[in-house]
Amino acid sequence: MAELQGPNLAGKVVIITGAAGGLGAAAARQVVAGGGKVVITDVQEELGAKTAAELGDAARFHKHDVSDPAQWQAVVDFTVAEFGAVDGLVNNAGVTAGGPFDVESLENFERVIKINLTGVWIGMQAVIPFMKAHGGGSIVNISSAAGLMGLPYTGSYSAAKWAVRGMGKTAAIELAPFKVRVNSVHPGMIYTPMTAVVGIQPGEGNYPKTPMGRAGEAEEVGSAVAYLLSDASSYVTGAELAVDGGWTVGPTVQNVVEG
Amino acid sequence: MTTLSGKVAVVTGAARGMGEAEARLFVERGARVVMTDVLEEEGRAAAEKLGGAARFVRHDVSSAEDWARVVETAVAEFGGVDVLVNNAGLLRHALLMEETAENLDRILKVNLFGAFHGIQAVVPAMKARGGGSIINISSLAGLQGIPRHAAYGASKWAVRGLTKTAALELGEDGIRVNSVHPGAVDTAMLGRTVERGRGGFPAVPLRRVGEPEDIGELVVFLASDASSWMTGTEFVIDGGSMSGIVPPMRAE
Repeated sequence: MAELQGPNLAGKVVIITGAAGGLGAAAARQVVAGGGKVVITDVQEELGAKTAAELGDAARFHKHDVSDPAQWQAVVDFTVAEFGAVDGLVNNAGVTAGGPFDVESLENFERVIKINLTGVWIGMQAVIPFMKAHGGGSIVNISSAAGLMGLPYTGSYSAAKWAVRGMGKTAAIELAPFKVRVNSVHPGMIYTPMTAVVGIQPGEGNYPKTPMGRAGEAEEVGSAVAYLLSDASSYVTGAELAVDGGWTVGPTVQNVVEG
Repeated sequence: MTTLSGKVAVVTGAARGMGEAEARLFVERGARVVMTDVLEEEGRAAAEKLGGAARFVRHDVSSAEDWARVVETAVAEFGGVDVLVNNAGLLRHALLMEETAENLDRILKVNLFGAFHGIQAVVPAMKARGGGSIINISSLAGLQGIPRHAAYGASKWAVRGLTKTAALELGEDGIRVNSVHPGAVDTAMLGRTVERGRGGFPAVPLRRVGEPEDIGELVVFLASDASSWMTGTEFVIDGGSMSGIVPPMRAE
């Protein structure tokens, strides 16, 4: 894949959760490539520290369970101490889980909601005071194609992702007067360590039911995130950006049901 | 049962398919109906079957003059207009790069201009009755992209948008305007034979093709006072296919 040319993020300080690998790490690379600074957070300590080290002095790692408000405060304090600001937040950390409705347990449902939804809410609460006090910011919530449509056997996951989409809109309205923008990104089938577990494969032609016929690369989501973090999107708020190769647009030419 | 007693309705494209089912259910529920279509013979026969509560008028929905005649008929025969169902529609499949401007124009004339003329034609009569209900038949192609439906999809998205503006402007007159988005329904427009009933149409979660009466019942509800606080809304009726990715049918 050709190297993606990202927008200018010079001077921006961004917190990205779940950034030890996958989409979060790709977004972190884009932020640094654009001239910004990034605090990578994750529960995966070793991998997170390694990813940050690869990005050099513009990146730091902080261990972080997004479902814990105290840890969020520590991350924000750390970011301000290291880089002097919080201009952007990417709520990327998430778990995939699920199963048919009659099989999924309440424990699992609550765990998925706690990380994928409550974690996003706490994160927004944690950064908003700084952003409001310092002239604004950009919050990017990673939802999913499963936050745009139903996806069988993902009850808890899609509930959380739809909720993130809705919550982001409310936040966008409330925070617009403070120049804090809030948008959601909806990745479709993307090849990452998380999705490799559920069988997503990279390469052309593997996904004939997606108009582009292939799974996306993490970098292709990272560049969308970088756009929303940058001033290039300064009039964009409350929007949903699908990065899914056309998956949620409708059926493909080969799979259309005439009607 | 939802009653339409005392209501007068205009249903376009009512010679067959969904329009015929809508008109038939309307009459069953106590309404009187002006059925219109370009298919004169079939339209007349369909109206005759419904007896004194139905009239047929030959009607090209893309003609404003034809619309004036339809409204005049409804007022003269039945005393006014309470309900309009913009059901008449055209579909032709073509890949975008093989589509012609002539065909786009033809489809827009019927599917979009038809609804536009219809709204303009009936609103004065509805205002005179103190309100009314306009039901625009859009499509799943008005909610998503569907390959080989460029012209049809453009027209159906346009109808959805037209519905919303109309709902905003006409609400104060007590006129409600909603859009209905059917999926695959067993009519001539479907263009092929599908086995009816459970299991016959695996592409949708309910695993069957839609019947014209499925749509008719929804349209009856939207025509009736049971839906009196609903306007500007999209009603999806598709056996569940718009809900997302449809899982494969379970093995027996």
